[in-house]
Amino acid sequence: MSIWREAGIVAGKDLRIERRARVVSQQILPFGVIVLLLFAFALDPDRGVLRRVAPGLFWVTVLLSALLAISRSFGIESENAARDGLRLSGLDPSSVFLGKALALAVELAVFEVLLTAGIVVLFDVHLGAVVPLALAAVAATVGLAAAGTLYGVLAAGIRARETLVPVLMLPVVAPVLLGATRAWEASIDGATSDAWPWVGLLGVFAVLFVGIGMLAFGPLLEES
Amino acid sequence: MSPVVRLRSVVCLLGRFPALAGVDLDVEAGEVVLLSGGNGAGKTTLLRVVAGLVPVHQGAAEVLGTDLTRDRRGHRSRLALVGQEAAAYDDLTVLENVRFAARTTGRSDADADTVVGELGLTPLADVRHGRLSTGQRRRLGLAVGLVRRPELLLLDEPHAGLDVPGRAFLDGVLASASDSGTAVLIASHELDLVRPVADREVVLTNGRTPPGDDPTGDPTGEPGSEPGVVR
Repeated sequence: MSIWREAGIVAGKDLRIERRARVVSQQILPFGVIVLLLFAFALDPDRGVLRRVAPGLFWVTVLLSALLAISRSFGIESENAARDGLRLSGLDPSSVFLGKALALAVELAVFEVLLTAGIVVLFDVHLGAVVPLALAAVAATVGLAAAGTLYGVLAAGIRARETLVPVLMLPVVAPVLLGATRAWEASIDGATSDAWPWVGLLGVFAVLFVGIGMLAFGPLLEES
Repeated sequence: MSPVVRLRSVVCLLGRFPALAGVDLDVEAGEVVLLSGGNGAGKTTLLRVVAGLVPVHQGAAEVLGTDLTRDRRGHRSRLALVGQEAAAYDDLTVLENVRFAARTTGRSDADADTVVGELGLTPLADVRHGRLSTGQRRRLGLAVGLVRRPELLLLDEPHAGLDVPGRAFLDGVLASASDSGTAVLIASHELDLVRPVADREVVLTNGRTPPGDDPTGDPTGEPGSEPGVVR
């Protein structure tokens, strides 16, 4: 089997489980909306302030929600010795990494689309230059999913994984938060030329973590 | 022909604790071997060593032609480990779990459907694993393992949670696997249930098979006696 076919099998399984369990739609999405509302209450009811800080709030919310999705992604492998089944499956570990990262990226992308609607409605944000904004979101999502899958498997066999993943991952994904926020700020202001360098940074981060993940996931899965 | 499983003086450490402290074992194709011993004797660890899930720290271990001291992954797709949990996902149905296991080893959905039928799981095909009874989960675990068409079947306490018809059914599955040349290694406390279907029994005590235990030798000189073998 090709690596992409194997990745598709794993991603299909994760997305089917998510569609059944509805954790993203019934827990992670409401969590994201609550975080946005809390920011709105805490900062200022003046929509001018909220408009200015909306990109940062959006990506902080995505990051916090991604931590829940990552924990969930490896939680399902911890039940009923499913991780042993995955290890014994004969699938290439790189395929398992790509499959789990792909499923996580799809879940995050759906979440981001809905959350974008949230900031447009709640914070009165106009999206401006859509192309760099969308490309920044795609690159940031791939980077978060790849880094999240890598750190998720690193902490998978540890009882305190729910608390360990944020401690390990948040410092590493700080460039994603910075790059995505700056790219979105520039895109919303219509300053497209200022957005592209940040989109490039996000692309480099995504490629780097996909590469590291494909190499490191196998040994980490064996030790988990 | 070389044995499916060939272990010599195998030591396995879990942390600093020697879970296996010197195991010699041969299992031939088509043979059903019962692995007995008290709690903590190392039965489950031995199954996981053979599956390549935990490393061999000392000794020689060859399973399905793969030297486990060098490569713990090469043989995995040719064996199945059916543990005390089903290696299944709560939110997938019986059929989806078996199909996922089939696809990961290059088998088809039709193979999965066949195994589900053979194990009498068709009426439960659309029921999620999380809603199955203990006995039904054990049967699903067996289906997830058998759909791989393994050359080596590792079973950990397979009779636990099964009712009388389920146990009889399992015996039939074991006989069928053995007839088709699959080697079967069963770790169990339920000796009365497994002994009738096992070709021989190997006793583990504190992570060891009995002393002088080269399975190829015959230290007693008595015909038919094998070291570490009760019957």
